[in-house]
Amino acid sequence: MGAAVFFGCAGIAFGPALALVLLTVAAEPLRVIVLVAGAFFWLVSLLLASLIWFVSVHLSDREDAKLQYGLLVFGAAVSVLLQEAFRFAYFKLLKKADEGLATISEDGRSPISLRQMAYVSGLSFGIISGVFSVINILADSIGPGIVGIHGDSPYYFITSAFLTMALVLLHTFWGVIFFDACEKRRYWCLGLVVASHLLTSGLTFLNPRYEASLVPIFIITLCTGLWAFVTAGGSFHNVLKCLSCKQEDDSRVMMYSALQVPFED
Amino acid sequence: MITFMNNSDSEEEPCNERTSLMSAESPPVPSYQDGLQTAEAGEAQAHRKRRTGSSRSPNNIADGDMSDSGVPVRESALENEEEELTLKYGAKHVIMLFVPVTLCMIVVVATIKSVRFYTEKNGQLIYTPFSEDTPSVGQRLLNSVLNTIIMISVIVVMTVFLVVLYKYRCYKFIHGWLILSSLMLLFLFTYIYLGEVLKTYNVAMDYPTLFLVIWNFGAVGMICIHWKGPLQLQQAYLIMISALMALVFIKYLPEWSAWVILGAISIYDLMAVLCPKGPLRMLVETAQERNEPIFPALIYSSAMMWTVGMAKPDTAARGGASQQTWDAAEDGRENHRSPLHADSQMSETRSPGPTRPITSFEELEEEERGVKLGLGDFIFYSVLVGKAAATASGDWNTTLACFVAILIGLCLTLLLLAVFKKALPALPISITFGLVFYFSTDNLVRPFMDTLASHQLYI
Repeated sequence: MGAAVFFGCAGIAFGPALALVLLTVAAEPLRVIVLVAGAFFWLVSLLLASLIWFVSVHLSDREDAKLQYGLLVFGAAVSVLLQEAFRFAYFKLLKKADEGLATISEDGRSPISLRQMAYVSGLSFGIISGVFSVINILADSIGPGIVGIHGDSPYYFITSAFLTMALVLLHTFWGVIFFDACEKRRYWCLGLVVASHLLTSGLTFLNPRYEASLVPIFIITLCTGLWAFVTAGGSFHNVLKCLSCKQEDDSRVMMYSALQVPFED
Repeated sequence: MITFMNNSDSEEEPCNERTSLMSAESPPVPSYQDGLQTAEAGEAQAHRKRRTGSSRSPNNIADGDMSDSGVPVRESALENEEEELTLKYGAKHVIMLFVPVTLCMIVVVATIKSVRFYTEKNGQLIYTPFSEDTPSVGQRLLNSVLNTIIMISVIVVMTVFLVVLYKYRCYKFIHGWLILSSLMLLFLFTYIYLGEVLKTYNVAMDYPTLFLVIWNFGAVGMICIHWKGPLQLQQAYLIMISALMALVFIKYLPEWSAWVILGAISIYDLMAVLCPKGPLRMLVETAQERNEPIFPALIYSSAMMWTVGMAKPDTAARGGASQQTWDAAEDGRENHRSPLHADSQMSETRSPGPTRPITSFEELEEEERGVKLGLGDFIFYSVLVGKAAATASGDWNTTLACFVAILIGLCLTLLLLAVFKKALPALPISITFGLVFYFSTDNLVRPFMDTLASHQLYI
């Protein structure tokens, strides 16, 4: 308990996300805007899902514990589906933005590619989702208390932190795969992403049996990561090239023209 | 209120002929409903207008030599350069405002969460005389509405008074007023804040040290805000005084009154800036007619205007720069809260370089363009987020949701700014989003997330 647990769990949960943001997003204003707008979209989806859950709870019998648990499961499933729906909506918006940016840019190419936007939007969904899941838990971890005093698992904080980390990474990967699938109209990929999200959420229902929930979730994270890597154009060859730090011969020709034809619409 | 910094003189007449030319040349932008696309397109338009506005002089001079057919060609070349710059600067402006707003909110939330003083009820301001300690809900609602009416009327009266003073050129009075208010803010409120922070962390500080610290902080603040100072330091002081003012509001405004006031003030902001007879709009227009910056305080400016190698002697540039640093803002005279915050919603539409005769394109390209945001906007954003942090039953989700909502509102407002290219109220969209997100997150999302967290379920 105390500061050690707080900093440790915060580091575990948000370390990768923070590193990714600092290294890839923070320097570019457009990416920061995409990040914040993605968070907004996720929040709206959560709002709608909470509304549905809230209404269903109020219409039902409060005393029945099993019913309430069932409604919670239902609410979680609705939330997952809404998140993916809003991811699709965000894809549509970013696609339009991409076209607009390309139109008004001088060389016909937008300053940010759709793949970069896919990555940043996935990251934004992941960060806001992780933050909303774990920030109250982190805030409680500072204060005095004993974990699991009523018979619950004493590993609550650390497993929450690991789950959050997995969730952040998963959202990033799903973002990349999702946008690529929408671009190339591979709807089976879309379905697989949604199914994988539902599966991950469902696995958390097995908590506190952490070996049944954490381990499969991390396996899913790894597989989704590899899938996203391949989708984004990575390959074993690329990794080798990157690791060998070879200087690539710039075979591109530098175009320089002093005379520019006036840009005609 | 937010505007772009514009280094041109009055834009009315030349811009008319230019806009008609510009619209013919501008590339077709599909729809104005989408966010980022219109942001960039809008910024393109804004920058195009600004560039043509500012490069009007050389073109007008060249017009005499050029034939009419030459002008559109030159225009399209201009537009391309402008669009290129727009893409570079459009998103940058948004970030230039995101950072200070975020910093101000972080300071306020950190203080609220750690220092008990600002969440304790210790009386109310005289502007909100009705107490909310009534048993019935209806009575409480009525009291908060009455409080709001009184507060908004005070604000309106003070703003109108300020506009009248400005119109009749009582500059000394205004300056004296501003200096007095920033004195109070920088010394008295800082002293109280420091005292409470020291109390919270149980740190002892003797009076001589305290005096030294407060004196240095306040004196440097006064110099930076009202005279000259490094831009970053000035921005930091503005953020700090906005945070201090917001904390005062969070402490002294009763619960429901605060929310109603936030709603009412965004409606007032909308009307004051956009209606033809609105006080703030009249102020902006008067300042534009006189070609001078609106107030030497109350505005947060994100960049300094400077030109390299101007035709006019350096004093003009430096004068411009110092006037820019003057455009810092201070705000928050508790007694005259209203006009301050109302003033602070004004921002300049033009920078102090209006007397620059001819500027070449290279010089223009080296200027730092920026956006200005009134300090009142900072204050009310921070009040919303601070209240969310103070009253949302220890929940961080509500605070974060309000924070994201305000940032998105600011982004959308900047988008509209780029589309409409005139001073716009910065409060309505952000505050609306913030209020919607506050109430919905507090009442709907929080129970959902808490129930999920208690079972350690993740969505």
